[in-house]
Amino acid sequence: MFLWVIKRDLLLAMRRRSDVFTTLFFFVIVVSLFPLSVGPEMNMLRTMAPGVVWVAALLASMLSLGRMFSSDYLDGTLEQMLISPHSLSLLVLGKALAHWLVTGVPLVLMAPILGIQYDLPVEALFVLTISLLLGTPVLSLIGAIGAALTLGLRGGGVLVSLLVLPLYIPVLIFGSGAVEANMAELGYDAHLSLLGAFLLVSLVFAPWATAASLRVSME
Amino acid sequence: MLQGSNLVCVRGDRRLFKDVSFSLEPGGLMLVLGPNGSGKTSMLRMLCGLSNPAFGEISWCGTAISSLGGEYYSVMTYMGHLSGTKDDLTVVENLRISSALAGLEINETEAREALQYMGLSGRETLPVKVLSQGQRRRVALARLLVCQTKLWILDEPLAALDVSAVKLMQGLLERHLGQGGMVIMTTHQEIEVTAASTTQLQLA
Repeated sequence: MFLWVIKRDLLLAMRRRSDVFTTLFFFVIVVSLFPLSVGPEMNMLRTMAPGVVWVAALLASMLSLGRMFSSDYLDGTLEQMLISPHSLSLLVLGKALAHWLVTGVPLVLMAPILGIQYDLPVEALFVLTISLLLGTPVLSLIGAIGAALTLGLRGGGVLVSLLVLPLYIPVLIFGSGAVEANMAELGYDAHLSLLGAFLLVSLVFAPWATAASLRVSME
Repeated sequence: MLQGSNLVCVRGDRRLFKDVSFSLEPGGLMLVLGPNGSGKTSMLRMLCGLSNPAFGEISWCGTAISSLGGEYYSVMTYMGHLSGTKDDLTVVENLRISSALAGLEINETEAREALQYMGLSGRETLPVKVLSQGQRRRVALARLLVCQTKLWILDEPLAALDVSAVKLMQGLLERHLGQGGMVIMTTHQEIEVTAASTTQLQLA
């Protein structure tokens, strides 16, 4: 069942590739704009890099949140999910996972290449990728709550960013903190452990909260 | 089997209907009637647990549906105004995925047979977005052929259907009722369905 939802959403993403590429290109362009505007000063770029990449990832993942439930809401499939005998939390988890596979994974894969523009050392690139790998699923899971709460509202897109961005802050701090710690030659294990903890907590609670919000929004 | 007692529906600050009671037994057909805006769709959404009545209780086999949850959803199929089909998926994919979501996985052959019955043969691999309104409706209704639920709640199932499709639906409903199923539906079209018992629920 869970697999059916993932399969369905991936199939839909395949048929509408433009949605996937919008997110990815947004990320690539925002990250590339900074070195162009700041100039080729290596030290400054290197200190900026983790923050810039992470903020861009945050915004890129938020860009596609609006679509997460709204198309299902408009054509009535969300209604059918609500009255499915399967657990709604599980269906929501499937949708969040599909969202991550479509928007998060390309960012993770792209990040090390973009990091080269900032003259990041190899090990820092590695830590950046790992931190994104742990952090981006959290963004999709927390974002799902916001998307469910603003479902069917006018101007939901702006509202969802106001709701969700503050909740992204801890992920941002520890995600970019891991890379900074590595570049300062300090241990970065603690940062990554905390990101992993965020991931586990949101895996458990976010689907449940999203399911509850969907039921409220659909009534 | 399905009972509603003293149901009251409030939308915003308007009361759509009050003190509606009914009971539906196996083989029974219930037609929900009333002019536009009288709360027919709200009634059906209540009956399938998508919204809660302001007052009153709906029970299935003596237990309130709100406490049954998934158990109730596995014996009930709801079809609303929205077709519940994805524009970008093909006809077969839509049917297989919507059935799986409703708790019954079907294979490609079963799906194709159901679609053929609904008069959609030759269009199985087309994306739904190129179909007409009536054909989309047929895709959605094909799910009734493969589902094995007892209670069907249908909101305007005949909208956009042509004469032959209405006949098809009539046969489908009669077969279901004959097997001891239950149907609750709204319609503005004339349809003659023979059932063990037919009740009409008139909303003000």
